[in-house]
Amino acid sequence: MKKYIDQGKKDTRSGFGAGLAAVGKANENVVALCADLVGSLKMNEFIDNNPERFFQMGITEAHMMSVAAGMTIGGKIPFTGTFANFSTGRVYDQIRQSIAYSDKNVKICASHAGLTLGEDGATHQILEDIGLMKMLPGMVVINPCDYNQTKAATEAIAEYVGPVYLRFGRPKVANFTPVDQKFEIGKALQLTEGTDVTIIATGHLVWESLKAAEALEAKGISAEVINIHTIKPLDKDAILASVAKTGCVVTAEEHNHLGGLGESVARVLAQNTPTPQEFVATNDTFGESGTPEQLMKKYGLDDTAIINAAEKVIARK
Amino acid sequence: MSTQQLQDQVIQVRRDILRMVHKVNSGHPGGSLGCAEFLVCLYKEVMKHDTNFKMDGFNEDLFFLSNGHISPVFYSVLARNGYFPVSELSTFRLLNTRLQGHPTTHEGLDGIRIASGSLGQGMSVAIGAALTKKLNGEDTTIYSLHGDGELQEGQNWEAAMYASSNKVDNYIATIDYNKKQIDGATDDVLSLGNLKAKFEAFGWDVLDVKKGNDIDTILKALAEAKSRTGKGKPVCILLHTEMGNGVDFMMGTHAWHGKAPNDEQLANALAQNPETLGDY
Repeated sequence: MKKYIDQGKKDTRSGFGAGLAAVGKANENVVALCADLVGSLKMNEFIDNNPERFFQMGITEAHMMSVAAGMTIGGKIPFTGTFANFSTGRVYDQIRQSIAYSDKNVKICASHAGLTLGEDGATHQILEDIGLMKMLPGMVVINPCDYNQTKAATEAIAEYVGPVYLRFGRPKVANFTPVDQKFEIGKALQLTEGTDVTIIATGHLVWESLKAAEALEAKGISAEVINIHTIKPLDKDAILASVAKTGCVVTAEEHNHLGGLGESVARVLAQNTPTPQEFVATNDTFGESGTPEQLMKKYGLDDTAIINAAEKVIARK
Repeated sequence: MSTQQLQDQVIQVRRDILRMVHKVNSGHPGGSLGCAEFLVCLYKEVMKHDTNFKMDGFNEDLFFLSNGHISPVFYSVLARNGYFPVSELSTFRLLNTRLQGHPTTHEGLDGIRIASGSLGQGMSVAIGAALTKKLNGEDTTIYSLHGDGELQEGQNWEAAMYASSNKVDNYIATIDYNKKQIDGATDDVLSLGNLKAKFEAFGWDVLDVKKGNDIDTILKALAEAKSRTGKGKPVCILLHTEMGNGVDFMMGTHAWHGKAPNDEQLANALAQNPETLGDY
C-alpha cells in the first residue's frame, strides 16, 4: 500500500492564508474581506501585500456577505473570511439571496470548521455547514485535507467563476499531499488502492483514514482511501469505480451525519449500486469544549472509529 | 425631459403597475405607486446608464432596489427605459417569466443586478458595488432604494455604520419614507424613531425631502444629493412619499401594500390616470 509521509504538522487555515497571498499576487481583481478575525484566518500576508484590496468589515458577517456580492459587480473576486459558523449559519439568508440565487462570484472562506477548533465549544463549532451550503443551488463545497491542499484549493477557486464555500480548520495536522499537486474542483483523489473496503474521507478525516488503512492492512484488510475534497459537485465516477471493486464504503467527515458527505455518497450509491455504508461522523449532536484530539476521540472521528466502521461494513457485505 | 413629460411617464408607469398586479391578483401596488416619481426621475434624468445591459456596469451609475417587493414599479421603469420590451410586463408573476414576484438575476432580466426581496440586504450590496467603483477608479454614483419598514432589519445598521466609517461617499441611499408597512403604521409596528437623527448619528449626510412625490422636488433633491457625494460621507435621502400615490382610494392607508385591485377598482384607478405613452 502506498505510504504517505507527514511533512510536518501545519494548520489548514495557514494553507488558506498562503493561497490567498498567492492569488492576491496573481490576480489584481482578488479582494479580501474579514469580519474581525484577520489573525485567525491568516490573512496578514495578503493585507501586507495589498492593503488597498483588503476590507476590514468589523463584526458584521451579514453585511460582509452582501458587500461581497455587491463587489462582484464590476469584476472583483471577493474572498470572505470568518469562522465556519459565522460564514454559514449566521448569514444563511444573505448567502442564499445575494450570493447563490444571484450567482455571484464570491468565495466564502471558512476557518475553524467542525469540532477541532476545540476549547471554545459548541457556540463556535459548526457541524452543519456542509449541509447548509450543499443545499444551495449552484454552490460549490470544498473541504481540503491538509495545508498543501488548502493552499491549492484557494488558488483553484480564484480561477473558477461562481460561488464557492471553502471549509478548513484551526489545528495543526499532518501535511502529506504533494506540494505541487494540482487541485481540480470536483475531482476525487485516490490515495491508496484496495479491494476490501472503500474509505471516502474529507478534510481532517483523510489523514485519519490513511492511518486506519495502515492498521487495517496489518490485519489483512485492503482499504482503498479516496480523498473527496469537493463535496459538491461530487465525483460520482470515482465513488462508483471504487465500490465496484470493494463492495462496501465507509465515509468519514468532521460533520453531522445528517447533511454531510456521507449522505451525498449514499445518494449516489442508492441510485446506482446500493452498497453497505457506515458513517464516521457526529451523531446529530452539538460539540463541546476540549482539546481537538479529545473531541475527535469522544465523538468517534478518529482512526479507531474508521477501523471499527470498516470491519463492521465488511461484515455486512 | 420637461416636468410634464416626466409626469406622463409616471402616469404610464402607474397604469403598468395597476394592470400588472390586477392581472395576476397579486403583488405590491402601494409602495410601487409611491415610488413611481422617484424611479422615473432617477432613470430618465439622473443616472448615467446604458440599456445595453452589462452586469459589470463599468462607467455607469448603478441602482439597487432593496425593497424588492415593489418590483412592479422597477419592471415598468426598466421596460419604459428600454431594458426589455414593455410587452413583457404582461408576464409579471406568471410561470416561466423573467419578471419574478421579486427581482432576480436568475432568469437573466436586463437591468437587474442582484436578487432582492428578503429585506435588509440591499444597502450592503450597494456599498459593495460602491467599493468596487472606487477600486476601479470610476467617478460614478451608486443609488439604492429601501423601504422605511425595511430599516427594522438590523443589517441596515451594520451597513450604515460601515459606510460612514469607511467614507463610502459615492453612494446615495434613498428611503421610501411612507411610514407604513404590512401590518400598519411603522410607528405602531416598530417605531423608527427619529430617522434623520439616526442616520446622522451613524455619520451620514441626510436630506429630509418632504414632497417625495413631486417631480421637481425629487429632481432638486437628487441633484443636491449628488453635489454632496465625494465629500467623505454617504448620503441619505429621506423621501417622504405617499403609499398608493395617484390612486385616491389607495392613498392614506397601508391596505394596498400587498393587495391587487379587483376589476372595478382597476377601472376606477385607471380612469384617474389616463393613458399617456400607450399601455403594454
